[in-house]
Amino acid sequence: MTSSFFHPALIMIIGAILLPLVRGPFRKPFLFLIPALTLLNVVYLSFNPGTYGVVQFMDWQLTFGRVDSLSMVFAFIMALMAVIGTIYGMHVEDEWQHVAAWFYVAGSLGVIYSGDYLVLFLFWEMMAFASTFLIWFNQEEGSTAAGFRYILVHTFGGVVLLLGFVLRYQATGDLSFSQMDVDNPQLYTWLIMIGLMLNAAVPPLHSWLPDAYSKATIAGSVFMCAFTTKTAVYTLARSCAGFDVLIVLGVIMTIYGIIYALMENDVRRLLGWEIVSQVGYMVAGVGIGTALAINGTAAHAFAHILYKGLLFMAAGAVIHATGKSKFTELGGLYKKMPVTLIFLLIGSLSVSAFPFLSGFVSKSIIISAAFESHILWAAFLLTVVSAGTFLVAGLRLPWLLFFGESRCSEETMEKACDPPWNMQLAMTIAGFLCILIGSYTPFLYNMLPNPELVYHPYTSYHLSETLQILALTGLGFFWLRKYIQARDTISLDLDWFYRKGGQGFLWLSKNPLQWFDTAWGKAYRVVGLSSLMTTSKFWSWFDWHAIDGIVDGIARCVLAMGRRISLVLQRGQIQQTIYYTLSFAAVLLISYVWF
Amino acid sequence: MIINLINYLRDRWQTVTYCGYGLIALILVWSLTVDTSHAHTWAEMKIPGFWGLFGLGSCTVIILIAKWFGGSGIQTREDYYDK
Repeated sequence: MTSSFFHPALIMIIGAILLPLVRGPFRKPFLFLIPALTLLNVVYLSFNPGTYGVVQFMDWQLTFGRVDSLSMVFAFIMALMAVIGTIYGMHVEDEWQHVAAWFYVAGSLGVIYSGDYLVLFLFWEMMAFASTFLIWFNQEEGSTAAGFRYILVHTFGGVVLLLGFVLRYQATGDLSFSQMDVDNPQLYTWLIMIGLMLNAAVPPLHSWLPDAYSKATIAGSVFMCAFTTKTAVYTLARSCAGFDVLIVLGVIMTIYGIIYALMENDVRRLLGWEIVSQVGYMVAGVGIGTALAINGTAAHAFAHILYKGLLFMAAGAVIHATGKSKFTELGGLYKKMPVTLIFLLIGSLSVSAFPFLSGFVSKSIIISAAFESHILWAAFLLTVVSAGTFLVAGLRLPWLLFFGESRCSEETMEKACDPPWNMQLAMTIAGFLCILIGSYTPFLYNMLPNPELVYHPYTSYHLSETLQILALTGLGFFWLRKYIQARDTISLDLDWFYRKGGQGFLWLSKNPLQWFDTAWGKAYRVVGLSSLMTTSKFWSWFDWHAIDGIVDGIARCVLAMGRRISLVLQRGQIQQTIYYTLSFAAVLLISYVWF
Repeated sequence: MIINLINYLRDRWQTVTYCGYGLIALILVWSLTVDTSHAHTWAEMKIPGFWGLFGLGSCTVIILIAKWFGGSGIQTREDYYDK
């Protein structure tokens, strides 16, 4: 280990451990200081690529600090988001929420810098467990159950990943976390991929995402929307680039997410479905696997974390003020929350890939990579979804929250107001970066894993293509908007199987199993217990009369014999006693010698 | 200021709608002048306003699929998992 390497995750962990001890006026500066130091450390490492933190542990060489072009861009955006997220949640008094969030960030950074599967797995599980607390800390009804579902699903994913890399180690003796063999995949290749895909919410392993993110604390969901899925995208880009199956799954993800987002009535569930859709672009980019596609994946992950964070922050501001998260209980909020509206619009137009905003310069790289690799079906379907994204996030979301008819109660409208300064500051930083990335492309493009590739998003053809799609999608929305109004429903998804399965198991436990247990208990009482009592009584009688009788009889017999002998032999004359004793001893001696 | 601007536009909804149509027409007309020689497929080069049609078609299809899919029993009552 070189002296210049101090793991950024360690700063977050030390900060998280010390945080409960820091109180009063020092709390807020400390909350800013730790993520800021982590970001500075990440930036410092970006200028010093290399392999650090190599530790020998038993038979294995563990690598904690692989700093290269792919890990740098992901670590940078994660550390940046940690700063923004912590500022957003600075008003939260409960220090344990910050502790959980920081451990979560540490887990993400640890995974990104890890060079082998053991270190990766350690931080992978740290992420899963820390983020579960961000759900549990929410006092809302249903959060505890959602947290348990989340941790169970992620534990399953972790076990599959563990199984995969242990099998790989057994087969190859190699624990290093690197690109897997595309041409010759083994069982362990698929197991590792499934484990990583679960965290990226790739269908059919995706239902945990909208379920959990809609139930987390307000500040917690801002962290969650950034770290788990994009860290998983990084791990996929690192190990699974070029696997064709990921193109198919990625495209399915984009479509699936957008359809569910259109049907959704909860603001954070809608954004959760939107994450599934957007991460689909990145997964498809990993599947395409060319240098341009990997650049697109990294760029889109970077842009996505900022605009999705911004959207979750704006949605959180609405929930924070009104206490409501359903579209059927919101609407027309522009009158009371104009600043939040502006930030939400920046986020929603960025995700819709409006020119001069971040999505425009990132999403198009992946679609271009699909076109250049002649995967036309994927390129066109991803473009269909980009129209759908504008429909969902750019039009339906602001329409239902801010512009359309107000479905708020008087009390909700009364409570609605723009959020406190720290939340506005966090949204300002994220909004500014969305505009910066979209307007000044070298900021993002120079950070990409393959910076030598030249990509120009601002061509007249690309501008014309985007504006046509956006304009006509807007027209379609204007005509058909009555079909996608807010309705107080939930949408059934694949989590039906484990939620209903869990309820079925509960029913099974409560009814047939409980009945059997009760019947068994009764049968035991009637048959087992009384027969046992009868048997015990018999043995008690037997013990008292038979065993004790024999023992007592022998004792009485010995006593009587002793008395008789003492009457005959011990008459009190010493000569007689000596005579008998010596005679007895002589008989014994002669017997011994004789025989 | 933002509130006043939105209120102002809402009061003139008809005019805003016409401006929207005008903007769409402008974008489509401009698209005819853009060089399509570097486009990826034949359709993009030959069909005028291809991406506009593509956007409208995509939007319509997605809305109709969501409507059909939700109506097929996927959208259900909110207390579905509680009872």
